[in-house]
Amino acid sequence: MPSGMAQYREVGELDELARMDSPVHRLDARAQALTTMAFILAVMSYSRYEVSGLMPLLIYPVVLIAAGKLPVGVLLRKLAMAAPFALFVGIFNPLLDRHVVATVGSFPVSGGWLSFASIMVRFTLTVSAALILVSCTGIHRLCAGLERLGMPRVFAVQLLFLYRYFFVIGDEGLRMRRSVEIRSAGSAMGLAVYGHLIGNLLVRAMDRAQRIYRAMVARGFDGEIRTLNRMAWGWRETGFVVGWAVFFLVARVWNLAERLGAQLMGSGL
Amino acid sequence: MSHHLVEIKDLWFAYPDGTEALKGVSFRITHGKCVAVIGGNGAGKSTLLQHLNGYLMPQRGDVRVGDFSLTAETAAAVRRSVGMVFQDSDDQLFMPTVFEDVVFGPLHLGMTAGEAGKRAQEALERVGMLHLRDRPPYKLSAGEKRAVAIATVLSGVPDVLVMDEPSSNLDPRGRRRLMELLRSFEHTRIIATHDLELVVELCPRVIVLDGGRVMADGPTADILGDEALMLKHGLEKPHSLRHFHPH
Repeated sequence: MPSGMAQYREVGELDELARMDSPVHRLDARAQALTTMAFILAVMSYSRYEVSGLMPLLIYPVVLIAAGKLPVGVLLRKLAMAAPFALFVGIFNPLLDRHVVATVGSFPVSGGWLSFASIMVRFTLTVSAALILVSCTGIHRLCAGLERLGMPRVFAVQLLFLYRYFFVIGDEGLRMRRSVEIRSAGSAMGLAVYGHLIGNLLVRAMDRAQRIYRAMVARGFDGEIRTLNRMAWGWRETGFVVGWAVFFLVARVWNLAERLGAQLMGSGL
Repeated sequence: MSHHLVEIKDLWFAYPDGTEALKGVSFRITHGKCVAVIGGNGAGKSTLLQHLNGYLMPQRGDVRVGDFSLTAETAAAVRRSVGMVFQDSDDQLFMPTVFEDVVFGPLHLGMTAGEAGKRAQEALERVGMLHLRDRPPYKLSAGEKRAVAIATVLSGVPDVLVMDEPSSNLDPRGRRRLMELLRSFEHTRIIATHDLELVVELCPRVIVLDGGRVMADGPTADILGDEALMLKHGLEKPHSLRHFHPH
C-alpha cells in the first residue's frame, strides 16, 4: 500500500473508534465537548514558562483513553502527524530568549527552552484532548451536540463538511498522484506541473463535493443535522463536566505537582 | 395511484455556457412501469435525470411527478416521492456506517427516530445487506455499495425510482443480483443506462435520446431491434436480439 493510501485510511480510523462502546462513548456529546473546552481553556491559562504545573493535567487524557478503551498507538500517530506545526511555532524560542530562568542540577535552563517545552506540552495536551473528543463522539454526533450547545448551525454544518470533504479531496489527490507516478517514470517534476495538479485537484474535488451535496439534498438534507442518537443530559453528564472542571480548577490554582513533590520530599527527609 | 406518475412536457434546458442539453423532451410514464432511457454520451440523459428530483429546474416546459408540477416550492415534495440512485455509489454514501447512511433519508424527511430506524432496517433487508449495517461504506465492494445505495433510497419510501447506470462497475454476479432486485420492485422505475442487455431483460419500454430530443419511444423489442435506428443514434442492436435462438 502506498503511504498516501495508508494516511487516507487513517483518517477513517477516528470514525471507527467513535463507534466503540464504553462509558465515555455513552456520554452525551455536549458533556464531552464542554469538558474538552474547559480543559483547553485551563491549559491555555498557564504562564508561558510553565511546564511542571501542566503535568497534573495529563491525568485527563490518560483517564479518558483508559475509560474509553482507545488505542494509544493510533492517537500517538495522529499526534505525531500534527507535531511539526507545534515544533515550528516554538523552535525559535531557545534562540530568541536566552536568559537563564532556572537550573536543573548544575545545568542552566534558558527561558527559551522552557517556553519551547511548555509549547510542546500544551500541544500534546490540547491536541490529544481534541482527538479523544472526536474518537469518543464521532463527527456527526459532535456537530449535532455543538449545534445544540448554541453554535450557529452554519458553523456546525461547515465543520461537518470540512471533515467529510477531507476524505473527498484526499481520494482525488491519491488518484492524481497515482497517475502522475505512472507517467513521470520517477523523474522530478517542475513547480509548474505541481501548480496545474493543485488547480486540477481543486476543480475535481469541487465537482465531487457538488455531487455528494446533491445526493444529500436528494435525501432531504436541509441544513439541519439529524442523527439517531438521542441526546440525553443526565446526572452522569453533569457529574462528568463538574468533576473535571473542579479538577482543572484545583490543578490550576494549586500547583499540584510541586505540592506533591514538596510533600514527598518533606516526608522523605 | 396518481402519485406514481411521471410526466415531462416539452422540457428545454441549456447550461450557462450555452450548451443546449434538452430541446423539447416529452414523455409520460404511468404507475409501476419500468422504462429505460438510452442514448450516447452527451445525449442529455444526465440532464434529464437531474430534473426528475428537482436538482435542475425546467427553463421551459413542465416536469410533473405525481400531484406536483416541479417548481422551487414543490422541489422538497418531489424529492420525497422520487428516489435517485447515483451512478457513483461513493457520491451517495457519505455517512460513517451503512446503517447511518440508510437512516439519513428517513430522518431528514421528517420521520421519528423509531420509524426511521424501522424503515432503514426494512430497506437493508430488502436488498439483502442487513449484515453490513455497522460497516463503513467505503470498505464495501462495488456490488455491496450499489445495493446499499439503493437501500438509502428505498428507506425514504419513494414512489418512483430513478437510476443512473445502475449496473456500471459491477461484476457479472453483482449485475445479475441487481437485475433480480430491480425486477422485484413495484415502484415506477426510470433507468438511464448503456447496458442494453439489462434493458432487454428488465424494461418493456425504452426512450431513445439524442442531441437533447426524444428520437424514439416505444416497446423495447421494436426499438432495440431496429439496427438502423440504433446505429444512427450512437447505439447498437443488443446481441440477444441478433439471433432467433437466444444463447
